[in-house]
Amino acid sequence: MKKKLIRELITALVLAIVVYAIFAIGFTTGIINSYWQGILMLVGINVTLAVSLNLATGYLGQLTLGHAGFMAVGAYVSALLSMYAHLPFVLTLIIGALAAGFIGLLIGVPILRLKGDYLCIITLAFNEIIRVIIVNLSITNGSKGLIGTPSDTTFLAVYLVAVITIFVVYSIVHSRHGRAIISVREDETAAELTGINIAYYKILAFVISALFAGLAGGLYSHYIAILVPKYFDYNKSVEILVMVVLGGMGNLPGSIIAAVALTIIPSLLISFSQYRMLIYAIVLIAAMLLKNSDAGIALRAKLPKLKKREEVEE
Amino acid sequence: MSSRKPLLQTKGLGIQFGGLKAVDEFNFSIDNNQLFGLIGPNGAGKTTIFNLLTGVYTPTSGQILLDGKTINHSSPTQITQMGVARTFQNIRLFKDMTVLDNVKVGLHHSHQYSLLASILHTPSYFKGEMAMDEEARSLLRVFDLEKFANVKACNLPYGKQRQLEIARALATSPRLLLLDEPAAGMNPTETAELMETIKVVREKFSVAILLIEHDMKLVMGICEKICVLNFGTVLAFGTPDEIKNNPDVIAAYLGNDA
Repeated sequence: MKKKLIRELITALVLAIVVYAIFAIGFTTGIINSYWQGILMLVGINVTLAVSLNLATGYLGQLTLGHAGFMAVGAYVSALLSMYAHLPFVLTLIIGALAAGFIGLLIGVPILRLKGDYLCIITLAFNEIIRVIIVNLSITNGSKGLIGTPSDTTFLAVYLVAVITIFVVYSIVHSRHGRAIISVREDETAAELTGINIAYYKILAFVISALFAGLAGGLYSHYIAILVPKYFDYNKSVEILVMVVLGGMGNLPGSIIAAVALTIIPSLLISFSQYRMLIYAIVLIAAMLLKNSDAGIALRAKLPKLKKREEVEE
Repeated sequence: MSSRKPLLQTKGLGIQFGGLKAVDEFNFSIDNNQLFGLIGPNGAGKTTIFNLLTGVYTPTSGQILLDGKTINHSSPTQITQMGVARTFQNIRLFKDMTVLDNVKVGLHHSHQYSLLASILHTPSYFKGEMAMDEEARSLLRVFDLEKFANVKACNLPYGKQRQLEIARALATSPRLLLLDEPAAGMNPTETAELMETIKVVREKFSVAILLIEHDMKLVMGICEKICVLNFGTVLAFGTPDEIKNNPDVIAAYLGNDA
């Protein structure tokens, strides 16, 4: 078991390096132009967001709609630290992530007593509270947006963070802690009566999820030219949730693929201008139908090789 | 009652839901390694007692003593960690997890390694995981479930799901195991197998077992002592033979004219 796992880890590491090398060659040779490089950065950020939300929603089973709020905390904290305290980029990212995790802890302790729809609504409300606070603060320059954050985010940084997020979430899920988290999703009462401290594991998963959202936020604020609070409204939370749901609850490769697809598709549709969101919606509906229809399931069963490769990717 | 301290004891235990006294003045005690049956007509309060003993409900009167210490206000998690495990009337497995992982959840507390260890894959992670794997498999072997180790729990046949639930409960290394209608929905052959299993479990894991069951053959066959409940109060208490011949019990089950 140990040898097998180490072999898998090494395979994953090699794969991660190879994939990065391909992108790096693409950038230097100009096959991937700067427009697409920008989109790939967003892809990486969205992968981080989707994978981290999957821990709270897919594995822990708590439907939350406030992920963009934690992203906003990370984004603003790290941006302000860069601008005013002139801290190094990596340090601002870490502090931003910790701040988001801390807010996650503050919010999580009271609200994780709620379940289902109620939890969904209250996380949505907290998302809006965070956004409205940012709009009304002077240091964040309100809804006019924050200008002047150094653009430190490189593709390597985004890629590394995404890989680390996937690795951490994967490792947690495949440990005793992960099994405890999943058991809470499966049956809270049974988990409690099997000796699992469900309150602790709910908060743990929620905080880790918020932490990585904050990290993604920090990357975003050092990438985008103008940081506006409107970006972090409930639409963004829904967008991340859609990635998780489409990719499959508790399915890491699924989240990654969905995050990649749902970031690239809107960019491809840019030539449709005002019909863009319409087509995006149709693509989403089609994907959902295909995912759950018999035909779609049969189609996937025919692709065993593809499935194997996805699994190794973690 | 013997002079040594009983494993679990209740004193005047009761719970009231609004105006309804679901359980009232329930006194009993169970010793180490004893096999105790709890029977009674539907709605007598048997499962409510299980819920009280495991901390799902907080009693409105009386006391529950584990090793002589009150556990009235302990959480279900704490009570489980103190050595009381249970199964459920309507099976509550972690359906989307594998059979092996179900048992490993039960082993959560016996092999501890930190969150950081699991992320960094330190030696303690591997040591813990391998020990858990080994222990979970040996538990599954007792129930002849090892060949299903990587099957999702929801795909197991019904009788096997019941057994897996017992295996998961045993994984928490309990001293007292509460079985809520383990034979429900089983055919006579399966029930006979289950009787054997219960005996084996008791010997091998040296646990006390408190059993709710409607199958009289099973209860009378294996329990050393039986407590009969009716309308939340104790109707009779004694050995299987005493219970069989108790006129009150016969009246409760069959009606007064019988």
